[in-house]
Amino acid sequence: MRLTIKDHIRESRLFNERAAIALAITLLLLMAVMARLVYLQVFSHEHFSTLANENRINLVAIPPTRGLIYDRNGVLLAQNLPSFSLEIIPEQVKDMEATLAGLQELISLSDNDLARFRKLLRKKRSFSSIPLKFHLDNEEVARFAVNRHHFPGVDIEARLIRDYPLGKLAVHAIGYVGRINEEEMQTLDPANYSATRFIGKTGVERFYEAILHGRVGYKNVETNALGRILREVNRTPPTPGQDIYLTIDIKLQKIAEDALQGRRGAVVAISPQTGDILSLVSMPGYDPNPYVIGIDPKTYAALQNSPDKPLFNRALQGQYPPGSIIKPFIGLAGLEYKQLGIHTSSFCPGWFSLEGDDHKYRDWKKTGHGRTDLDKAIVESCDVYFYDLALSLGIDRIHEFLNKFGFGHRTGIDINGEAGGLLPSRQWKRSRRNESWYTGETLITGIGQGYLLTTPLQLATATATLANRGTQFQPHILYATQSPGSDDLTVLTPASLPTIQLENPEHWEQIITSMKRVVHSLHGTAHGISRTLQSNIAGKTGTAQVFGIKQDEQYVKEDVAEHLRDHALFVAFSPPDKPRIAVAVIVENGGSGGSTAAPVAARIIDAYLEPGGS
Amino acid sequence: MSIAARRSRKRWGDRRRSRLFVRGLHLDIPLVVSLLILSLVGLAILYSASGQDMDMVQRQIIRLGVAFTVMFLVAQIPAHYIEKWAPWVFATGLALLLAVIFFGETGKGAQRWLDLGLFKFQPSEIMKIAVPIMVAWYLAEHPLPPSPKNLVVASLIIITPVVLIVVQPDLGTSLLIAGSGVFVLLLSGIPWRLVFRFLLLVAASAPLLWYGLHDYQRARVMTFLNPEDDPLGAGYHIIQSKIAIGSGGLYGKGWLNGSQSQLEFLPERSTDFIFAAFGEEFGLFGILLLLALYLFIVARGLYIASQAQDTFTRLLAGSLILTFFVYFFVNISMVTGLLPVVGLPLPMISYGGTSMVTIMASFGILMSIHTHRRLVST
Repeated sequence: MRLTIKDHIRESRLFNERAAIALAITLLLLMAVMARLVYLQVFSHEHFSTLANENRINLVAIPPTRGLIYDRNGVLLAQNLPSFSLEIIPEQVKDMEATLAGLQELISLSDNDLARFRKLLRKKRSFSSIPLKFHLDNEEVARFAVNRHHFPGVDIEARLIRDYPLGKLAVHAIGYVGRINEEEMQTLDPANYSATRFIGKTGVERFYEAILHGRVGYKNVETNALGRILREVNRTPPTPGQDIYLTIDIKLQKIAEDALQGRRGAVVAISPQTGDILSLVSMPGYDPNPYVIGIDPKTYAALQNSPDKPLFNRALQGQYPPGSIIKPFIGLAGLEYKQLGIHTSSFCPGWFSLEGDDHKYRDWKKTGHGRTDLDKAIVESCDVYFYDLALSLGIDRIHEFLNKFGFGHRTGIDINGEAGGLLPSRQWKRSRRNESWYTGETLITGIGQGYLLTTPLQLATATATLANRGTQFQPHILYATQSPGSDDLTVLTPASLPTIQLENPEHWEQIITSMKRVVHSLHGTAHGISRTLQSNIAGKTGTAQVFGIKQDEQYVKEDVAEHLRDHALFVAFSPPDKPRIAVAVIVENGGSGGSTAAPVAARIIDAYLEPGGS
Repeated sequence: MSIAARRSRKRWGDRRRSRLFVRGLHLDIPLVVSLLILSLVGLAILYSASGQDMDMVQRQIIRLGVAFTVMFLVAQIPAHYIEKWAPWVFATGLALLLAVIFFGETGKGAQRWLDLGLFKFQPSEIMKIAVPIMVAWYLAEHPLPPSPKNLVVASLIIITPVVLIVVQPDLGTSLLIAGSGVFVLLLSGIPWRLVFRFLLLVAASAPLLWYGLHDYQRARVMTFLNPEDDPLGAGYHIIQSKIAIGSGGLYGKGWLNGSQSQLEFLPERSTDFIFAAFGEEFGLFGILLLLALYLFIVARGLYIASQAQDTFTRLLAGSLILTFFVYFFVNISMVTGLLPVVGLPLPMISYGGTSMVTIMASFGILMSIHTHRRLVST
C-alpha cells in the first residue's frame, strides 16, 4: 500500500534539491562567519592587539627610596629598613572574620594590630591593600608562606619602612612620616605619589618632603587576569630622594634633652654666625616609630591626652611671656633712643607707681634694689628700673625696637607650624581688642609681661642677634643636601637678614658686659651656675608668670599648684666676644630662671665649647 | 532482493580487501579521518587553553575514546532497526524528560540531570537524536511532501519534547532539538511559503517570546546587543573573546603563545570559548583550515544523506548533519559576537563529554546509513 502511494524517485529528487539548498545556505552562513573573522582579525587586528596588550601589560609605579636624614656630623637620624608586612586586600577576602581568626593562629596579632587594621578597613577602598602587621620575623614569614593558599587576598609585602634609630631624640626637629591621608592626597602630585605610601607629617620630614621623596619610577609588567604579576617587561627606575644633613648636632641635642629630663620645657641652641639650629628640644618627646606603621589608638590617645603634651612642639609653638629676658633688649632700646646714659641711675624702693594712680607695680625683690643703674638693673634684674625706662620709651618705640629682633613674627625656620608670638602695639590693641593702650601696659611690657609672648626659638634668635652685635641670620635646620650616589655635599649658605645698626655700637658692648655679669658677678641672678661653669657666658634670666597674683599677695612657690608655678627662662651665649653658640631655655613651671633654666644652658654651652667637643 | 543477490553484489564490490575490511566495520573512512583530525586539533588547543593541564587532556582523551566507541557501536546497528525502534526510542526519551521534571537533579539553577547512581546524564541529549528519528520515521511513513495533517502531527512530535526541555530550563538545547526536527521537515520538502509564513509568525510573536524568557536569558540578549555596557560583568566574555580572536590576526600568536588564553583573560577558554583560544593562537589561516574541515564533514554528511536509499535514512542523515552544522556555526558565531551567548560547545573540540557522545552517536548513525546500504539501484 505504502509503495503504491510513495513516489520514491520524486522524493529523492525533492530531497536532493533541498539538500543542495541546505548546502548553499551552509556556505552562505560560513561566509558570513568568515567575513566577521576577517573584520576581527584583519581590519580590527591592530585595535584588538592593543586591547590584548593593555590586558596583559600593566604599568606599575615603583616608589622612590626616601632620602636619609643625618645630623651635621653625619650621624644617621632617619633611615629605611626593609620590613615584611602582612597585608590584606579586603575585596578579595570572602569572610574577613574567618580570615583574621585563621591568621591569628599562624601569626600572633595583638589587639593593637587588629584595632589599627579595622580602623583602616573602614577608611580605605576595598581594592587597596591594608597592612595588618608590620615587621614580621623570618619564622612568621615562613609560616605564612606555607599556608598562603588558605588565605586568598592576604599576602606578605616586602617594603622599606622609615625608621628612626634614635627614637625620641630630636623628634620635634626630625618629625616623622605616616600614611598619606585623604586630605594630603588632594594636594599631592598623584603621578609622583602613585606608589608612595608615606609622607612627612611633621618636622623636617614634612618641610623637606619634596627633597626627601624623589621621583617615582615605572615598570611595565605582564599580569594575568587575576592581576598576579608574571614578569617585568621594562622599567624606568625611580630617582631616590636626596639625603639631607641637619644643622642639629645630635650629641649636643642629647646633652640638652638629658639636661631637661623629667621636665616640661624647650631648648633652642643656635649658631649666631650662621643661624644653624644646633639643638631643638621640646620635652617631653615621644617615639616617632609607631607613627610610621600607624599608631594604635590607645597609644595615640595616651599621647594626645597627656597633661605633659608630648606632641606639642614647645620650641616652635610654645608662646611664653619672656619675663626679664626682655630687659637687655629694652635696655639697649633705652640707650639707642637716648633715654638714658650709661651712668643714669634711679632709686628702686621695691615698687613703682604712675602719677595719679595708686596701683603699685612691684619689683620681684620686695625690699627694692636701692640706687640702680642700667648695669645693675640687668645683673640683678631690677623691675622698677625697667618700669621707669619703659615709661620713658613708650610702647611705640619699644614695639619698633623689639620688632627688629624678630619678636612678634615668625622666624621663618624650615619646620612647619611655627608660632609668631605677640609683640603688642597700640595698633594691635585697637584692631584686635578695640581698646586704647594704657600706660600701665607699657610698664609691664618693659619687664616682659602683659601681652608680650615669645617662642623659645624667637628668644634664641634674638639672643643670637644680640650676641652678634646686630648681624642677623635666618635660623634654619637644613645644613646640606646630598644627591643619591654622590659623595659631595651641597652645603647651604646661611641667609643673612638686615643687620641692626645702632647709632653707637658701644651700646652692644655695654649690654653684653652686663649680661656677662648676670652669670659671673656675685649679685648676678644666674651666679649659681658660675661655680661649675667652664666657659665665659653672657646671659639673662627670666621668670614668666603663669597666673597673676593680687596686689597684696605674695607669691609663695610652695603654695601654688605645680602647673601654675612660674616658668623659668634663661638665654645665654658664649664666648661673649666672638659668640659661637646662643641658647634659649625654658623650663615650664620651673620656678626661677637662675636656678632651673640656667644650669641647662650652662651644660649645653660647656659641652659645645669644650675643646675637642662638638 | 534475495540474500543470494545481495551476496553476489557484495562479492562484485569487493575488489579491494581493505575496503572490504572497512565496510565490514561499517565505518566511513573520510568521516572517521576528518573526525580524528578534528579531535587531535581539539586536544592540541585544549592543552594550550587549559594552561598545559595534562590531566584535563587525559580526561578529554578518555571522553573521545568513549565517544568514538559509541560511534563505532551505533554504526553497527543497521538503519532499518533504528527505523523500527523509532517510536520506542522517542517514547523512552519523553518518559525520561518527564522523570527529570519530577526527580531531576538541580544544577546551576536548572533541572536537567537524572542521577542514575553510577553517573548523571541529561535525557535532553537523547532527544537530540530521538526527535529527528521520530519525525523522519513519521514523515517517511507517508508520501512527501507531507500533507497538512501530517505536518501538524510532525510539529507536535517536535514541540512536545521541546516544551519539556524549555521548562528545565535549557533554551539552547531546546532550540537545537527544535532545529533538528525542523530540518527534517525542511528536507522533506514542505512548501517554502509555509516556511516563510512560519518565519513571519515567529517575528510577530518575538515580543511575546521576549517576556517569556528568563531574566538571565534576556540579559544575555542585551549583552549580545551591547557588550560594552558592562565590560567586567556580563559583557566580559564576549569582549575578551573578540580581543583574543582579533589580536590573533592573520597568522596567530602561535601555539601556547596566546596571551588572552594563557594569562586567563579569556573566560571559559577550555569549554564554550575554546574557538577564541584557537583563533588567537592560530589566526585567520588556522581558522580557515578548521572551518574547511568542518565544512568537509558537513558536505560528506549531506552526500551520505543524498546517497541514502530510503526516505527515512535520507531525512535522518540530512537532519543530523545539519544539526552538527548548527552546533559549530552557533558556537563560532557566539564566540565572534555574531549571536548572543548560548551555552553551546564547539563540537569535538570543547572540553566536556555529554554532547560529544551524542554527536558521535549521530555520526555513527550516518555511517550506519551509508554502510548498510543495500547495493541495488533504486
